Amino acid sequence: MTDVVMPQMGESIVEGTLTKWLKKAGEHVDRDEPLFEISTDKVDTEIPSPTAGVLKEVLVEEGKTVAISTVVGRIEEGAGNGASAPAPAAAKAAPAPAPSNPAPAPPAASAAKAPAAPPEPEPLPEPVAHSAGPYPIPVEEPAPAVEAESPAGPLSPLVRKMAREYGIDLKQVKGSGAGGRITKQDLEAYMSAQGARTMAQSSAPPPAAAPTAPAAPAVYSPSVPTAPPPPPAPMPRAEAPRARVEPMSVMRQRIADHMVMSKRTSAHVTTVHKTDMTKIAKMRERNKAEFQARYGYSLTFLPFVAKAAAEAIRHFPILNASIEGTNIIYHNEINIGIAVALENGLIVPVIRNADEKNVVGLQRSIVDLSTRARSRQLKPDEVQGGTFSITNFGSFGSVFATPVINQPQVAILGVGAVEKVPVVVDDAIAIRSVAYLALTFDHRLIDGALADQFTGKVKSILENWSDEVL
Amino acid sequence: MLEGIIGTLQVRDLGRMRYGDALAIQENLVEQRKRGLIPDQLLFVEHSHVITQGRNGHAANLLASDDALRSAGIEFYPTNRGGDVTYHGPGQIVGYPILDLREWKRDVVAYVRAIEQVIIEALAEFSIFAGRVPGCTGVWVDGRKVAAIGVHISRWVTSHGFALNHTTDLRYFQYIVPCGLTKPVTSMQELGSGSSREAVMAALSNHFTQQFQPSRDLEEAGLSYTETYS
Repeated sequence: MTDVVMPQMGESIVEGTLTKWLKKAGEHVDRDEPLFEISTDKVDTEIPSPTAGVLKEVLVEEGKTVAISTVVGRIEEGAGNGASAPAPAAAKAAPAPAPSNPAPAPPAASAAKAPAAPPEPEPLPEPVAHSAGPYPIPVEEPAPAVEAESPAGPLSPLVRKMAREYGIDLKQVKGSGAGGRITKQDLEAYMSAQGARTMAQSSAPPPAAAPTAPAAPAVYSPSVPTAPPPPPAPMPRAEAPRARVEPMSVMRQRIADHMVMSKRTSAHVTTVHKTDMTKIAKMRERNKAEFQARYGYSLTFLPFVAKAAAEAIRHFPILNASIEGTNIIYHNEINIGIAVALENGLIVPVIRNADEKNVVGLQRSIVDLSTRARSRQLKPDEVQGGTFSITNFGSFGSVFATPVINQPQVAILGVGAVEKVPVVVDDAIAIRSVAYLALTFDHRLIDGALADQFTGKVKSILENWSDEVL
Repeated sequence: MLEGIIGTLQVRDLGRMRYGDALAIQENLVEQRKRGLIPDQLLFVEHSHVITQGRNGHAANLLASDDALRSAGIEFYPTNRGGDVTYHGPGQIVGYPILDLREWKRDVVAYVRAIEQVIIEALAEFSIFAGRVPGCTGVWVDGRKVAAIGVHISRWVTSHGFALNHTTDLRYFQYIVPCGLTKPVTSMQELGSGSSREAVMAALSNHFTQQFQPSRDLEEAGLSYTETYS
């Protein structure tokens, strides 16, 4: 028989109201199938069954409020055969806890009674009862009762998450933050030290819990004399001995996911057009000093390309579209994302209605957004809603590259470095400033001919730039 | 443009929609969220006149008969959210967060408090200084309720959410005792705010992101809303 208990749905919660049994006594229930519903402070929660079997006893009626960890029902495993089950009548006689009763035992005491079960292979999806007796909720985060034994100070959500993901016993980690608080850096230091130790096959006594053991059970184990935890086997690592293990930053994980998702989503094709930037280079040269003096930042090639792209999009609106199922969504606004390299990643802030701005306005937006991107001061709505992107890999010296589309957009324009090269003009050799424009487009929606017409349009606007317009 | 993905949060505005239709969309997204197919969601919607009843609802808190409601053009819906009866209608900003609380905190009370905090902070942007009333979930201004909250949780995935009275016609609340409380309701409009629906939704989204992706860790702050390319 497995006891089903009132779970603790939060640190400050001491009781819950059982609002509805979703199964009747005698009915079969599968593991994780919703068994009953509870209510706490305007929140209704479905509680899944801890095990598969027959709901033998219902000890708490609907509408009753009981303390957490109160046994509300019992399930007999092994569906159907009631031979070995205690007579239901006897069960009925079991005193149902009165609504006002305090918890049968404080959580700490119940924890001590619970045998130190071997670590669950996977964190359980929901609070469930353990067959061995009342047991507070087996969440990975330390419950309040255990907090006293756990590391000094509260833990940030990030630290908890890391500890959970990497299976770190937080008691083994020294905190360097205020009041001995454990910081992310402490965890990283611990992990690399731990990694180094296991890799070096150190003969030092293993830590109380193997680094891979989930935190919660380890916290309980010291107070259980009868059931020592299984000896933690050293975890040999497969990596070569001279590797360093470092968890990805959240940003790196997001970038990784987005890149693979984009490659999987779109049929990437890149077309490259050689573009004569001489006219713009000269104009930029002429206006450089005055521009810098007047606006306080320098004039680059990028706003010219953004202006030309916005203009070309007006002629070819499908470059400013997205695919949703079998529909093509044409965006009315031309919102151009500009890729900004950060120290350890990148971000694409968006210039809204880029087609309504002149070169000065675009340059101002680019400077403002990229400065704030690097100092992490962008607002969420400044990185949303882009309909087309530009990436300026030329600023790092690349001549041309094949960018990955920023989903759910359908094209991205890459700008290569502007270089002076000898070219043939009217059968004579001349020195011109040339850049490669690389357009990656989604071939699901855009055909090659159209992509080349679009890129040709950008090229032609740039090559025939009218002097007056800045 | 309001819609988009902020880091792991996807915000959508469903516009004006009947309660039952929005509920179907919500249920579908909840299923997908449970299976991990989609990121956390925040749905905004404006319902046509409807009175809904939570699991703990008491018919006594519904002050009109079915017929009276029907003739007033109001639908009636029993639901599985927490809380008692409530009214939704035009001018109200209804928000349905679909979050996996395992990725935030496994704490349903902390979740409700966090939703209140989001609304309180968003209202402050419009010079409305709201707060909590102990024991009465929701957001209050001078003893009057401006936003109601009712939540359902299954496998730590949230549904239902909050309803903020923006320009709601408050006379419709006469049909009910809101959430069983005989306390008055109010709206942003009644409190003197002339803000647009879009502005309020944008403020809610921003504060929502901050509340549920709260790390001030530099790395996370910048990246929580990273959209990338290469």
